[in-house]
This record gives sequence, structure tokens and C-alpha cells, in this order.
Amino acid sequence: MYMSNSRVIEIWVGLFVAMGLAALFLLAMQVSNLSEFRESDKGYRLLAKFQNVGTLKVRAPVKIAGVLVGRVADIRLDQEHYQAIVELRIDPSYRLPDDTIASIYTSGLLGEQYIALEPGGSPDYLKDGDEIEISQSALVLEELIGKFLVKSAEKSGSDEK
Amino acid sequence: MLKGLHRLGQLTLAAFAKLGRAHLFLLQALAASWELVPRFPLLIRQMYVVGVLSILLIALSGLFVGMVLGLQGYNVLSDFGAEESLGVMVAASLVRELGPVVTALLFSGRAGSALTAEIGLMKATEQLSGMEMMAVDPVRYVIVPRLYAGILSMPLLAGLFTYIGIYGGYFVGVGLLGVDEGSFWSQMQATIDFREDILNSVIKSLVFGIIVTWIAVFEGYDAVPTAEGVSRATTRSVVYSAFAVLGSDFILTALMFGD
Amino acid sequence: MCQDPQNSIICIQGLTFSRGQRRIFDQVSLTIRRGSVTAIMGPSGTGKTTLLKLIAGQLKPDAGSIKVLDQEVSTLSHRALYELRKSIGMLFQTGALLTDLCVFDNVAFPLREHTRLPESMIRTLVLMKLEAVGLRGAQHLMPAELSGGMARRVALARAIALDPLMILYDEPFTGQDPISMGVLVRLIRTLNDTLGLTSVIVSHDVQETASISDYIYVLSQGKVVGQGTPEELENTPSPWVEQFLHGLPDGPSPFHYPAPSYAEDLLGC
Repeated sequence: MYMSNSRVIEIWVGLFVAMGLAALFLLAMQVSNLSEFRESDKGYRLLAKFQNVGTLKVRAPVKIAGVLVGRVADIRLDQEHYQAIVELRIDPSYRLPDDTIASIYTSGLLGEQYIALEPGGSPDYLKDGDEIEISQSALVLEELIGKFLVKSAEKSGSDEK
Repeated sequence: MLKGLHRLGQLTLAAFAKLGRAHLFLLQALAASWELVPRFPLLIRQMYVVGVLSILLIALSGLFVGMVLGLQGYNVLSDFGAEESLGVMVAASLVRELGPVVTALLFSGRAGSALTAEIGLMKATEQLSGMEMMAVDPVRYVIVPRLYAGILSMPLLAGLFTYIGIYGGYFVGVGLLGVDEGSFWSQMQATIDFREDILNSVIKSLVFGIIVTWIAVFEGYDAVPTAEGVSRATTRSVVYSAFAVLGSDFILTALMFGD
Repeated sequence: MCQDPQNSIICIQGLTFSRGQRRIFDQVSLTIRRGSVTAIMGPSGTGKTTLLKLIAGQLKPDAGSIKVLDQEVSTLSHRALYELRKSIGMLFQTGALLTDLCVFDNVAFPLREHTRLPESMIRTLVLMKLEAVGLRGAQHLMPAELSGGMARRVALARAIALDPLMILYDEPFTGQDPISMGVLVRLIRTLNDTLGLTSVIVSHDVQETASISDYIYVLSQGKVVGQGTPEELENTPSPWVEQFLHGLPDGPSPFHYPAPSYAEDLLGC
């Protein structure tokens, strides 16, 4: 009786530990970005230069038509031209023509910034380490407001004439 | 006036003496950790008492907390047209805070109080003295297996709580309120970081496990060996655990997510 | 020094022990002979249980020496003390059985903890000890299912599991019905003689204890107030011993707790 009782307890504890570890494992795989970590290492590398990356962060999504195709792997500064160099890791199952345009957009009004790629019609594809030639910088709110103010000032000035 | 000062001094000294005893006790237990190897069946038994018997409570609580988060989160987020972020909200609050903290509080109520009462009663019925007289160190035989069972069980229970809680939120958000399933998961995966969130959550629950179990076994071991003493110790065990968990949660959060 | 050091197993000299302001023992000296059943008697609150804890090294004396098997208990290291305790069995007032183990496992507990005997041999030993206390049939019961007398007998079987040299009994007879009291009384004497033990009984049950004791010490207010064989004590002129042995309500041990005079107290406030 004693032996069988302790056997039941052992089975329960085994089940408990297995369930607990499974929950932690699934949290890591299903809930967090852990699965993409490995994928991001597998993908190919593209570079893009921007005048201003705004609040873009490493591991921000890279999307084509709203579909996630990769992530931002690194952001650094080009010391020569004082431009931001953004390194992208693209899922190797997506091929991009070499006249693709990279832009930094904001998801929603106040959301995170991400990179949107717009593929062109070129027959040649970008390879690992290539640079995306055409880029469009992030919209910075202060610049927008500044531009708007200058424009409206010009407008009111021309009206007076 | 002088009487009041005298009392204050007495209380302060008693508090520090108790703190000192608690630390010596922990050191003593940790120094005897190797005793677990020949007494592995005791650890299994305590894992059953402390862990397995808490599963139902933890799982149900996790489910309900997740469902409430789903409902409340939807109400707030839908005002901003951001229902798609429901997954992030549910997962982030569960992984970062509610999972470890609520599990620790429930754990101290369910398992911690039982540990305190059990050890206190063993003391009151001279079982601990009896062991000493049989040349068996009660710290090694009674305390060490319970301490480690608690420390090991907490992260597992917190993991269960969090995972089930996320599914509770999923059930309400996606199943009942019609949030898009794809964005529920993808936004969550995009935001929840493995190292920053999941690992820190496990670390938190491990720290809470140490705190709660330590307080529980110490209060039992230090209890006045009478029926009243044990009942007081049990109450103290739960109250101190709650304070210690919430206090250390603030410190841990500041260290982990503060940058 | 000890009287008769060859034959003594416990030798206490000038023991002084206080708890807070209260002095529990004041210059107590006593000797326990090898192979004897020695009773230490005295009214409640004279610190008889404390004396056993001092002998077992669970408490440390303020002054004086306690030698058990020629070792000074208070100066032993943790390890040496635990080694010494393996040769001392102790029967607690409540039995102190481990509530989460059945009778068999309780008796097997010290064997499993201290020996590397195979399970089959442990089984044989445990059944032998349980047979000796007449409870082999109760081996599967849990402590909660035992009566008080049975619990004490199981605890006794556990105390002799490691074949100790001596057993300390803490109030073995309190709260027992006459039958289980008789059983315990006979058991203590038989075990002592058949196993060649030395027994120390702390008790205030005069008749039962005296009936099986070789030597009796009477303690009161921190001092030894009488000693001798049961017959010698019976004939001692000491009013203390007289009062205790015959249960007189008043005598040197006063009926009244120390108080100011009655009249003064009534009129005082």
C-alpha cells in the first residue's frame, strides 16, 4: 500500500513538472519572439540608408503590403555622410527586386515605427549584403508641423500681395 | 513617554533578532542542501504537497484573471480602435506582473500557510525535538525538502498561471468578442521579448518562490509551540509573504524594466 | 567527583540552570547507575523535562557539569552530540510520532536514517521491536489512529530501534488509563532488564514509578530534597519527601502561591 501510494505521488509530480516546463516552453515559443530569433539569423541581409529613422528600433518589423517579411537587425550611423544605416534581415523565402523602395512608417497614429518595402518591377533581385537605393525617411512630427507653419506663413504672405 | 520609547526599542530589537534568526536559518538550510541527494523521495513528496495540490487553484485563477483581462482590455482598447493590441495587453500584464505576483500570493495562501502550520504543529507535538533526539537534524529532514519543493514549484506554477491566463484572454477576446485571431497572436509575439519578458518573469517567480517558502518554513520553525502560537505564525506567514512579494516585485521591476 | 564512576552512565555535578529570572536548578548533583531504572520525581513545574533536555544536550547549563558516557554534553560539537544521541533513546510525553508516517515507518525511521541496512533487514528489526511492545499487528496504522497508550508504545519501539544504551522517559504515565499504565510500567522494567538498558524516568506518578525503580531522586524548587531506594525513601524523615510521596495538600511545598498576607491584600486597595 505504501509503495503504490508513493508511486501515484511520483507520477503526479512528474506530470506537474512536465506541465510546468511545457507551459514555460510554450510561453517562450508561442507568446514571445523567440521563434523569430532563430529565423532572423537565417535570413539574408539588406542595407538601407535613411536621412532620419525617427524612433525606429532594432527588431522592428519589415513589411511588404502589411505582411511581415523580416526584421530590423541593426541601426548604426554612417560617419561620412551622417546618415542612418539600417540593416534588415529578410526571410529567404521572399525575393525582392533591386528597385525596391524602403520607407519608415508608423503603425497607427502613435504606434511603433516599422519599415515598409515597396517592390518595383526590375527583373534583377537583391542579394545578401546589397543596398536598397531608394529610401524614404521617417516622418518626424516636429518637422511636419514646422513645414506646415512655413507653408501657411508663405501662403498668408502671398495673399497679402 | 519613556515607557513608549522602551516599548519601541524592545519591538525594534525583537524584529532585528527575528530577522537575524531567519537569515541564520536560511544559511543553515542552504548549507544542508546536499542532504537532498539521499532524501530525494522526500523532495518528491513535498513537490506533491506544495506543487501538485496547488495546480487546480492556480489554473482556475489564471483562467479567470486572463478572462477578466480580456474583457476589461477589450472595453478600453475598443474605444481607441486598437482591439488588435488585446493580445499584447493580456500577455504583457500576465507575463510581466500578474503571473508571478498573483501566483506567489495564491501560493503563499495555499501552500505557504500549510507549510507553516505543518511545521509549527510538528514543533508543538515535539516531533522536531523527537527527531533531534534520534540524532536526525530536523532542518535537514523537514526543512530542506520543503524549501526546495517550494522554490522549484513556484516558477512552474507561475508558468501554468500565465499560459492558461493568456488562453483565458484569448477565449474572451477572440472567441467571444471577435478580435482577429491573427493579430491577437502576431502583435503579442512582436512585442513580448523572450529575454526581456519571459526570462525576467521566470526570475521573478523564482525569487518569489524563495521568499514565500523561506518565510513559510521559518515562521513554522520559529513558532511558539502551542495551538495559539501556530495559528498566529500561519497568519504572519501569509501577511509577511504578501508584503515581501509586493515589495520585492517593485524592486525587481525597477531593476528589470527600469532602464 | 562522581560516586562510583565505573558504574555510572550519567553523572551530574553542581548543575545550575535558569530560565529568565527563574532559577530552575540550583547546584543539583545526581548519578545514574548503569543497568538501573532511576526515577526523578517531583511536583509539576520543577523542571523535570528540562533536566532530560539538559542531559540530551538540547539545552545548555549555566554552570556545572553533565557527563553522559564520560562525555561532557555541553561542550560537545554538533556532530559529536548527534553521535552521542544515537545511544540515547527518548520517549516524549506525547510520543512525538511523525504524523505523516505509518507505525512501521516511524519505527523504521531511525534505522533508515542512521544505517545502510537492506530493507529486508530493517523489516525484521522493526517487526522485532514492535513485537516487543505488542503492537506488531498495528504496523500499518497511522499515528492519528492510535490511542495515547499505543502511541507511547510505538514511540518506545522507535526509541529502542537503534539499540541504545539508555532510554529517557518523559512522564510516561500521564493521562493513561489503568490498563495501559500497567502495560507501560511492566514494559519499561522488562525492556530494561532484557535489553540491558539504563532507564531514567521523569514522573510525578509516585506509586507506578516507585514500583519499578531501583533508585529515586526527589526534586523540589531546584534542589534534590531526597534520594534512595523506594524503601529507603519511604522511611525518610524529610517532610518534603513525606508530602510528595503521600500527596499531602500542604507542607513544605505550600498550598498557597507566595502572596502578601490575605488581610493586607483584601484591605489594600
